[in-house]
Amino acid sequence: MIGFMLILRRELRLAWRGGTDAVIAVVFFVLAAVLFPFGVGTDPGMLPRIGGGIIWVVALLAAMLSLERMFAGDHEDGSLDLLYLSPVPLGTLALAKAAAHWLTTGVLLLVAAPVLALLYNLPGEAIGALAASMLLGTPVLSLVGGIGAALTLGARRGGVLLALLILPLYIPVLIFGAGAIDGAVAGRPIGPQLMVMGGFLLAALALAPWATAAALRQAIE
Amino acid sequence: MQGLTTHNLACIRGERAVFAGLDLAVKPGRAMLLSGSNGSGKSSLLRVLAGLLPAADGRIAWEGEDVAGDPDAHRARTAYVGHADPLKPSLTASENLEFWGRLYGLKPEVETALHQFSIAGLADVPARYLSAGQKRRVNLARLAVGQNSRAGPMLWLLDEPATGLDPGAVSMLANTILAHLSNDGVAIVSTHGGRLDELLEGKADHFSISARGT
Repeated sequence: MIGFMLILRRELRLAWRGGTDAVIAVVFFVLAAVLFPFGVGTDPGMLPRIGGGIIWVVALLAAMLSLERMFAGDHEDGSLDLLYLSPVPLGTLALAKAAAHWLTTGVLLLVAAPVLALLYNLPGEAIGALAASMLLGTPVLSLVGGIGAALTLGARRGGVLLALLILPLYIPVLIFGAGAIDGAVAGRPIGPQLMVMGGFLLAALALAPWATAAALRQAIE
Repeated sequence: MQGLTTHNLACIRGERAVFAGLDLAVKPGRAMLLSGSNGSGKSSLLRVLAGLLPAADGRIAWEGEDVAGDPDAHRARTAYVGHADPLKPSLTASENLEFWGRLYGLKPEVETALHQFSIAGLADVPARYLSAGQKRRVNLARLAVGQNSRAGPMLWLLDEPATGLDPGAVSMLANTILAHLSNDGVAIVSTHGGRLDELLEGKADHFSISARGT
């Protein structure tokens, strides 16, 4: 637990002093989501119907932007060797890194999403569904993304490989996240979708750090 | 049998055997200077001893006990200095050092450790403004942090620690290693000869890895 807090604090301090990296993801998120209405036309009936899906797809892509650097810096400067040799288990390291990624990316997306929802003219209850689904979904993106970030360490063109590996794993989150918003727009209950997403989050919390640790072990050798 | 011993140790990288049938014995209070040409396996040997690489064959023992039996205890007694300096450019020298100290469960007396390598004045300078030699000094100050703590690591594995150091810093490093040895510690140091070897003379045994590797 002390190790978790130490690593988390270090990561947040690095993100704070690094400045732009975290902001880039949320700027991309807003910009890309703003572009869609220009492309599909401004038929007021259409935007609320496609808005939830678009916001979620763009959120997946934005979360991926900063994933590649999750372990890359520590791998390059030898920190990963020392983190491995420390008394702190690799699983704890993976969890702390995912938590830091979520706090510096997921939370910003979460804050920006309702603003975009207004842009797409989503009704009030759909904005609530968007916020709830992103609250449950974005930590999954960070946790599962950590597996990809660890697997592609040291690979040439790791960023592209990372996208190929991770995007398919994001599909369930996308389906239920966008589904919850669609449901809210159509006036259906959204409880079931949110419960499934909560299930994804619990499963990712239990399994992703373990898988990430195995991939990191491979990268150290 | 005391200190660190290896028996029939082998390491395979890719398809190639880097070394095989390696028997080492380093007693407490002694250093071992590893020499060998580039690619002879000095770094691989140190990484195997640290547990960063799996040994393809053979065993490593500390005080006669196989370290594979208790990897956590082995990690706790090991301090490893590799080729790269694990410092984050945006953190200051003391923040970098304090993180590693705390992560390893040591009580980091950062000031003292930096002073030992004559870089106390750089404590609040972000690592991105440090020269290569200064970064190396901060990295080596990790050893001093362990040394000044109770139950610090007893086995030091140093991979060409003198790279980029000026003669003054090499003597500081030598003094740090000698203090460790007088504390019954063990140090295994890969070198390409030079001043560090001379300063450790009398306390150190030599081992040439290329002569025995396959």
